[in-house]
Amino acid sequence: MASLRHNLAGAALICSLLMGASPALAEAVLHRGNAGEPQTLDQAHTSINIEEFILKDLYEGLTIYDAAGKIVPGAAETWELSDDGTVYTFKLRADAKWSDGSPVTAEDFAFSLRRVEDPKTAAEYANILFPIKNAEKVNKGELPVDQLGVKAVDEKTLEVTLERPTPFFLELLAHQTALPVSKANVEKNGADFVKPGVMVSNGAFKLASHVPNDSLTVEKNTNYWDAANVKLDKVIFYPIDDQAASVRRFEAKEMDLAYNFSADQIDRLRKSYGEQVHVSPTLATYYYAFDTRQEPYNDVRVRRALSMAVDRDFLAKEIYSGSQLPSYSMVPPGIESYGDPAKADFGDMSQLDREDKAIELMKEAGYGEGGKPLNIEIRYNTNPNHERVATAVADMWKNTFGAKVSLVNLDVSSHYAYLQEGGKFNVARAGWVADYADAENFLALSLSTNKTFNYGHFENAEFDALMKKSYEEQDPAARSKILHEAETLLMKEQPIAPLLTQADLWLVSERVQGWVDNAPNAHLSKFLSIAE
Amino acid sequence: MISFILRRLASAVPTLFIVVTLSFFLMRFAPGGPFNLERPLPPSTMENLMRTYHLDQPLWRQYVHYLSNAVTGDFGPSYIYHDNNVAQLIGKGLPYSMELGFYALLLAVVGGVITGTIAALKQNSFLDFAVMSVSTIGVTVPNFVVGPVLTLIFAIMLAWLPAGGWGDGSLRFLILPMIALALPQLAVFARLTRGSMIEALHTDHIRTAKAYGLPSRAVVVTHAMRGAMLPVVSYLAPCAAALLTGSAVVETIFTIPGVGRYFVLGAINRDYTLVMGTVILIAIFVILFNLLVDILYGLLDPRVRHD
Repeated sequence: MASLRHNLAGAALICSLLMGASPALAEAVLHRGNAGEPQTLDQAHTSINIEEFILKDLYEGLTIYDAAGKIVPGAAETWELSDDGTVYTFKLRADAKWSDGSPVTAEDFAFSLRRVEDPKTAAEYANILFPIKNAEKVNKGELPVDQLGVKAVDEKTLEVTLERPTPFFLELLAHQTALPVSKANVEKNGADFVKPGVMVSNGAFKLASHVPNDSLTVEKNTNYWDAANVKLDKVIFYPIDDQAASVRRFEAKEMDLAYNFSADQIDRLRKSYGEQVHVSPTLATYYYAFDTRQEPYNDVRVRRALSMAVDRDFLAKEIYSGSQLPSYSMVPPGIESYGDPAKADFGDMSQLDREDKAIELMKEAGYGEGGKPLNIEIRYNTNPNHERVATAVADMWKNTFGAKVSLVNLDVSSHYAYLQEGGKFNVARAGWVADYADAENFLALSLSTNKTFNYGHFENAEFDALMKKSYEEQDPAARSKILHEAETLLMKEQPIAPLLTQADLWLVSERVQGWVDNAPNAHLSKFLSIAE
Repeated sequence: MISFILRRLASAVPTLFIVVTLSFFLMRFAPGGPFNLERPLPPSTMENLMRTYHLDQPLWRQYVHYLSNAVTGDFGPSYIYHDNNVAQLIGKGLPYSMELGFYALLLAVVGGVITGTIAALKQNSFLDFAVMSVSTIGVTVPNFVVGPVLTLIFAIMLAWLPAGGWGDGSLRFLILPMIALALPQLAVFARLTRGSMIEALHTDHIRTAKAYGLPSRAVVVTHAMRGAMLPVVSYLAPCAAALLTGSAVVETIFTIPGVGRYFVLGAINRDYTLVMGTVILIAIFVILFNLLVDILYGLLDPRVRHD
């Protein structure tokens, strides 16, 4: 009997070795180029998309972006919004578990949100969740942390109270700052909870190893509620900040994905890799602001004329090799809740017609050839591409209006510090990358009350009123209509001249399946697979 | 000899102290800070961060705080890489840099001395000109050109070697970065060896040895080599310190997880503590290798005595 058991054990061992060997051969591994070393894996300290890609594979928020970049339920299966639009009640998935097998609870989420707003945590992106009741006061240390508007009603029910109705709140919850941590694990391990072997996560993957500046490996989390649909066994993130090195490793077939490469490589890469080169418009706008406090930029005709005289197709094609797209609206396309943005009325004209109209307008305003002299100073942050754009625009204004244009550049922090502290200027370059996929994030920059980002100090009561109305409107369709009205007005007034919509550049190997370009640039590995 | 080493180590303490103090204050004179980003943080967030990292305290207090922690081996948190402190970052990266640097150093010294000696013995021959022109190229072509060209040929076109990364640390991952790192130094060693070897071959004691009819191999290897090695050895100290503490350029091109990049990244990001950590590391290496070279000098040159 003993020997039989022995034999059985031996047979079982051989069997398991054989069985173990075959799945190991077929292990599906995604080699994912990431544009740099993550500064942190702590959701309270993250601020850049390099970290977002990793964190969103490890953790699952209440809402997530699907493969196409649309908001869908994540750890929350369903939710309800109170009639006044200020209380969300989330029902967590009954089978949602942490990677250590313990259940994901409403208290975990409440704890995580309190942790982000706790001034002691010093979270970099605490302000993105300020729509939660008392969040700003808690973060400033004016109220105790337990006054934050989050409450675990029972194990699987989370109630979040807002300061005021916030129609884009579900978008905010998909931001990596709102990802949960396991309360038990963080209380036990403190700041070490981010380390391999210690981290407990609730997403499709769990942290396996991390060698700074070399690789970060995540493995399939078998405790994930939807593990059956996760096709990859392993994802290896390569933190390569040198764009040329990243392209070389893709070309050597060491990586399946490479994020961000130099725009001047697009033509060459397209020739060699065709469809594997992805230029995906993103939620970011490159624009010039006019200082509306000063003559002649307080004259809408001058602003419109200057904006119309800029040949955006030239900027996009010649300077950015097609890696940015011409833009005539402040809000970039690709925001689901907003649809097509409200373009400036001259957006559909030909460039020649625009220039004729621009000369007319400028003459009407009494500037340029035959009128008052037009001396324009363009300020931009030091960068070869911004310099090329400014030089080209200067040329266009010179040729169209006979303007005298000078260029001034400062390093990036000095440039923005100058604008944000209310420094006077004529025309200044700026860019805005969305915090969340909502038109409001772009339009609010021009509110007269926005002291920091309304660089040109544009003041328009009608615009302010429309924005205010949009904050109060609960119905998504009606709200979208109001925001369109606001943008139409903004584009008519042109206190800012949108020039380009920025794009994310990806190299996606033919092996990768399930990839969909999308404006929020959301690419969870759980939607991807590898074809051999 | 022992007392010489002890004296030298004792004198390293004030040197390190001056290096730390200078770099601490010089760093702070640079405009901006670790949390000044393209998109500014809200003032309240900034306040929270400054308080957490004690950056809101007067500079002299931060300095005292830093020094008193540093002597206990605590080099502070990294302001940019939140999940690791400076000691952990350097501790994790240093073995990679040292291993790669060690191989590169070996290649540079052995390769440089051999080619330099050959060139000296065949002075003004075709071989000499060939070696010297190749070494001129080695010195003048920067490794941010050599690196990508090597990758293009051996990783992308021929697909013999990986384009980058440390992988499992096997030799095939190290060959290309090692060559890129060693090439400029190999050229320097070759030129130094050639020059001093030609000089050594013309000294009186070599002429005497030759006159005694010693075989020319013995003359070169045991007599001339010893004298010719002095300038090579003195260059060894800064070279070893530089190679073993990692190169920002080579580590970036080949995506090697070493410490070389921290010096540059730290300075750009105003990660004060990370810069301090790498400065201290490099200073220690320079001090140690200078000491080592002085000891080697005593062994090579009978005129040098460390009493």
